[in-house]
Amino acid sequence: MSSQSNDSWLYEISAKRKLIELNFKEIWQYRDLLFLFVKRDIVTVYKQTVLGPLWFFIQPLFTSVIFTLVFNNIAKIETGLVPAFLFNLSGITAWNYFKVCLMGTSSTFRSNAGLFGKVYFPRFIVPLSKVISNLVKFGIQMIILIGFYIYYLSTGAEIYLSWNALWFPVLLLYMILYGLGVGMIISTLTTKYRDISLLLGFFIQLLMYISAVPYPMKALTNSSYGWVVEYNPLAYIMEAFRHILFNDPSLYFNETTLGFIGLLGAFLFIVGLALFNRTEKTFIDTV
Amino acid sequence: MSKTILKAENISKQYRLGLVGTGSLMHDVNRWWHRIRGKEDPYLKVGAVNDRSAKATDDYVWALKDINFEVQEGEVLGIIGKNGAGKSTLLKLLSRVTSPTTGVIKSRGRIASLLEVGTGFHPELTGRENIYLNGAILGMTKAEIDAKVDEIIEFSGCEMYIDTPTKRYSSGMTVRLGFAVAAHLEPDILVVDEVLAVGDAEFQKKAIGKMQAISSGEGRTVLFVSHNMASVSSLCTRVLVLKNGQINFSGPTDEGITHYLKEYEGHVQKNFQKWDLATAPEKDGIKLVSANIFSRSENEKDTIRMDDEIVLEYKLWANNLSRNIFVNTQFLDDNDFILFATTSRESVQNDNIGEEGFLTLKMLIPSNFFNEGNFSTNLVVVEDVDGKKSKLITKQNLLSFIVTPKPIELGEWMGKSKGPLRPSFKWEKEININ
Repeated sequence: MSSQSNDSWLYEISAKRKLIELNFKEIWQYRDLLFLFVKRDIVTVYKQTVLGPLWFFIQPLFTSVIFTLVFNNIAKIETGLVPAFLFNLSGITAWNYFKVCLMGTSSTFRSNAGLFGKVYFPRFIVPLSKVISNLVKFGIQMIILIGFYIYYLSTGAEIYLSWNALWFPVLLLYMILYGLGVGMIISTLTTKYRDISLLLGFFIQLLMYISAVPYPMKALTNSSYGWVVEYNPLAYIMEAFRHILFNDPSLYFNETTLGFIGLLGAFLFIVGLALFNRTEKTFIDTV
Repeated sequence: MSKTILKAENISKQYRLGLVGTGSLMHDVNRWWHRIRGKEDPYLKVGAVNDRSAKATDDYVWALKDINFEVQEGEVLGIIGKNGAGKSTLLKLLSRVTSPTTGVIKSRGRIASLLEVGTGFHPELTGRENIYLNGAILGMTKAEIDAKVDEIIEFSGCEMYIDTPTKRYSSGMTVRLGFAVAAHLEPDILVVDEVLAVGDAEFQKKAIGKMQAISSGEGRTVLFVSHNMASVSSLCTRVLVLKNGQINFSGPTDEGITHYLKEYEGHVQKNFQKWDLATAPEKDGIKLVSANIFSRSENEKDTIRMDDEIVLEYKLWANNLSRNIFVNTQFLDDNDFILFATTSRESVQNDNIGEEGFLTLKMLIPSNFFNEGNFSTNLVVVEDVDGKKSKLITKQNLLSFIVTPKPIELGEWMGKSKGPLRPSFKWEKEININ
């Protein structure tokens, strides 16, 4: 009666694991869950706040004002042809997206331990939902950026769009790859040893300052700290993001370099995914 | 059409005892060092048996060890065992929350569990939004939820609050809503833990009814975990008894429950005693050869269910069968409190055969007399010589037996009723209209 051992099983649960496993079919089956997670993330952030979604605008604007005051008015950092405020706003918009992808992904296991401990669904859905829901916020912030872009154009700033703007989706993909890749690596480390999550906030802040966010790469390359940005793929991404928007020749932009940065991003993503797959099977025992 | 839908092959699960600290970092490093040299994990060899009360001597423990079982399609399998026997670990493995240390679980169907209701509820979302979120987490698609959302709301009885954030709900309402979603899942295999200790009486009844409907009416494969023997008995067709992380028993429900009661609640079953003629208890030419208490039902003589007729049988040897011998039996409950005594005196016929031989005395206890529980008997063998009675053989605690609950009907009271006896007497009703 039960001799159907050669029949196909729907799935098997065992300790053995494939190194890299991304079951797109399964993720597709759970697409409604992905959508609902995205919706939850967007809807719940500003519930019970008076200003509501306006907070999406306020954060980057305030930070840009402060950066402009500190780095440009006080520290006198030159931003080339780009108005300082617009320079900072664009950097913060891009950096914020990378940051929330990284933070959201790296806390996947710890902040969902309760949920993961009770039901199964493809765990990759969670970082994926963070990437998508933050994409919506990023989109809203891009609208403000465009608004100020148009304003500065009308006041005669020497910035313009070129065909290079087609790099935009590529750079966005890079931010996602780095955010997910590094985030997944960190997430696996935090499950057992929590020390890392305590370091993370500090680490990300430091990372921003060494990734050419509040200043152009040029400001550092001629100093003895030039290596900080020269060997930092994130700095190249931030710099390229501004270059394709403003076409300021003083901003560094090189297609070959970006190609290598893309390869490195893909590599980080694969390493992250391998670690993530390993962790998701048993992390609930050690979290 | 019995087709294996779920199969567990040699599954084991090891856990680390104590805290995660620098010691565990050393173990991780050591494990990694063994792995890159292509050697086996050194910590898989160690590991104590999962016995909660024993002193921890090892750093590792086997929460489950070498579990093998199969579940057929449409079967309702009960999983019973003491706290810490490994039930929850097994359910966690089956619901893919964590993976086994060794072994494989193979499944032909989607598994969903009623382990925890209201999983993933977000307090800021409304009841309706949470139905969708919770349903999707449990594996339903949006279309499936759309089709059932009205039914779910009605079942939960929270219609008035459905568009209010769940953080404003009382805890009971949250549970109701969570259970309502879970109860409307349609997986191939449903894992049900004891979720019934929630909600008020009205809702409990509703929940029990729904569960029985799922497991009996709809022919779904169900894995049912419970401490309530009455519900196990009424829902399950087969049970697994877990003990210290191992399968202690696997088989028919009644037998499994008896086994469980014996193993865990300290119940003892000594329903048959037999002696050789040479060694049998004897006095004045009368010997007690055997004593036996058993169910009169056809199949299972050793397990006694509440609704079985029970036979009590003594076999005596007498040097002269014309002697006027009778037996007096006391029935005691779990606390050795005498419930009642009964004597064979009136019923025994004296045939006046002056030869030696065997004498068998049988008594029939009607069905639905004892409540579920553990009982024991004392025996006194008495001889009546012209109205003068003398005790010949006295046996304290001669037999003990376990009465297991009977399956109950839909909507009936699931709990254990009080008292050691639960006789069903005949009642008459009289109505007078004035």
